Amino acid sequence: MVETARQRLVAAILVLLLAALPALASLLAMPDLISLGTQVAIYAIATVGLNLLIGTTGLPSFGHAAFFGLGGYVVGILAFHAAEDSAVFGLFPGATDAWIVWPLAIIIAALAALLIGALSLRTAGVSFIMITLAFAQMLFYLFAALKTYGGDDGLGFRRRNALPWVSPRDDVAFYYVCAAALLLVLAGFHLVARSRFGNVLQGIRQSERRMAAIGLRSYRYKLAAFTLAGGVAGLAGALQANMLRFVSPDMLHWTTSGDFMVMVVLGGTGTLFGPVLGAAAMVLLQTWLAQWTEHWMIVMGPLLVAVILLARRGLWGALAGK
Amino acid sequence: MTLLLEQVLNGLQYGVTLFLLAAGLTLVFGIMGLINLAHGSLYMIGAFVAARTQAATGSFLLAVPAGMAAAALTGMAVEATILRRLYARDHLDQVLATFGLILFFNEVMAMLFGRQPMMAPIPDFLSGSVTFIPGVPYPVYRLAIIAVGVLVAGGLYGLIVHTRVGMLVRAGATNRDMVRALGVRIGLLYTLVFGLGAMLAGLSGAMVGPLLSVQVGMGDRILISTFVVIVIGGLGSIRGALVGALLVGMIDTLTRAFLPGLLRGVMAAADADSIGAGLSSMAAMILMAVVLMVRPRGLFPAHG
Repeated sequence: MVETARQRLVAAILVLLLAALPALASLLAMPDLISLGTQVAIYAIATVGLNLLIGTTGLPSFGHAAFFGLGGYVVGILAFHAAEDSAVFGLFPGATDAWIVWPLAIIIAALAALLIGALSLRTAGVSFIMITLAFAQMLFYLFAALKTYGGDDGLGFRRRNALPWVSPRDDVAFYYVCAAALLLVLAGFHLVARSRFGNVLQGIRQSERRMAAIGLRSYRYKLAAFTLAGGVAGLAGALQANMLRFVSPDMLHWTTSGDFMVMVVLGGTGTLFGPVLGAAAMVLLQTWLAQWTEHWMIVMGPLLVAVILLARRGLWGALAGK
Repeated sequence: MTLLLEQVLNGLQYGVTLFLLAAGLTLVFGIMGLINLAHGSLYMIGAFVAARTQAATGSFLLAVPAGMAAAALTGMAVEATILRRLYARDHLDQVLATFGLILFFNEVMAMLFGRQPMMAPIPDFLSGSVTFIPGVPYPVYRLAIIAVGVLVAGGLYGLIVHTRVGMLVRAGATNRDMVRALGVRIGLLYTLVFGLGAMLAGLSGAMVGPLLSVQVGMGDRILISTFVVIVIGGLGSIRGALVGALLVGMIDTLTRAFLPGLLRGVMAAADADSIGAGLSSMAAMILMAVVLMVRPRGLFPAHG
């Protein structure tokens, strides 16, 4: 993954950029860089999880936005009840402490992934793509119908989740929180990819039949990977909700799932830093194109087609070599 | 009871609309192994071109063929330039590239026709309603859609079971590589099949114009329902597409019509309406999940 000298160099530059972005933003007098960087870090976190499925295990999940959105809604709903001083489903109170809300977002997203994965992984290939898409759309319709929590219009809340030592109003501090979370998730991916579990996942991608032949139940490993990726997406969703102080069904929309898949492939499928590059490319492209013309999709669409047809190694492969 | 009959007919009409889309999508998947997200865009193109033609000429009989032709030509052009290169790729690449095509086509339509929804009028000779079941007057236009769907289903059956092209289509759906190995001009067959599928999508879009609003993104939502249809029916199977489309059309329409009413018995009216609407949007997906649990390859799997 990160082996040659060139790959080490590119990786080091990326981590440095991540650490020095706020300094760079004030140096260049471009304060927008902070929010762009935060968005990149959050998308990258979700994409690392999806990369474990698509890149490592060979599972093209088209419903990753479901877990992203669930994580976001955990933050939004708990903040809503905390502000109203009412109870969630009449059972437990709302919450605004990050130490309570974020782990809860991860756990709920992971549980949903466990459930959806248990059903979806009975199929393979195109059916798997479609059934993950369908489950995600089901959750999308569900949240769009929940009028209590804003329905189609989404749900705003006043203040970010409270963290010790960090002011909820400080955007630079929040950027560092997201960047640190990204580094943690990357380290986790690195460890998982090198572990026995990661080896099995790669074996499943290469040949599921071979894994069965050496006596491994691939279903359990795939389900574990799916659950893990869902939890990571939940974390990303919780951060996204905090960044915008707003959640809406759009977070669960199927185009969001498509965007995550694009980021995986654009960055470099199965590579450690690919998701960071993919997320950065996507966010920067969207921002720049949108400044240039309101019809930016007319460039984005064909660009995407060209990337898929021509640039198969992704950005990591182009920058760091194979 | 009369309401139920009316809603069953509505379900049939929605099912027919879905079938016209699903038939093309499942043929393309069965024969080329391509999963084409941009199929919904062809439906949208058919709807826009038909609505605009009707507005310009006032003739519905001109509008429908125009929509079909626009969709077919766009489809064949995209197949020859882009999609052809994707046949040998894995499904992930196909999904992403055709996802890019959706973004493109949505934006092109927005630039050409604007983001305001258009509404096409129902043509005079198909307006009004008839009472063929006592006590249930039903719009002629919706009946016409059902009739067209039945005709197309019959025509497809004849084409696939009784012609030489149909024989190749069936052979291709069973074993692509063998058809290729036997020296069939597979490129021509691919373009023909793709054009046929695109034309049916255009027909579907042109016909729903007077019922739904014609707007950018209209293809995306029905695309997902269409995928549900072909996964339920079994990927690559026309018969499966027909059964799946009717099942999804019925379930979607009936839950939409009756679920809020049923829920009102147990909860407040406003909640019942919104939750009922949400649940009925989910109903077809739940059906798909159940079918895949029992038969992971759909009801009528095409590949042996």
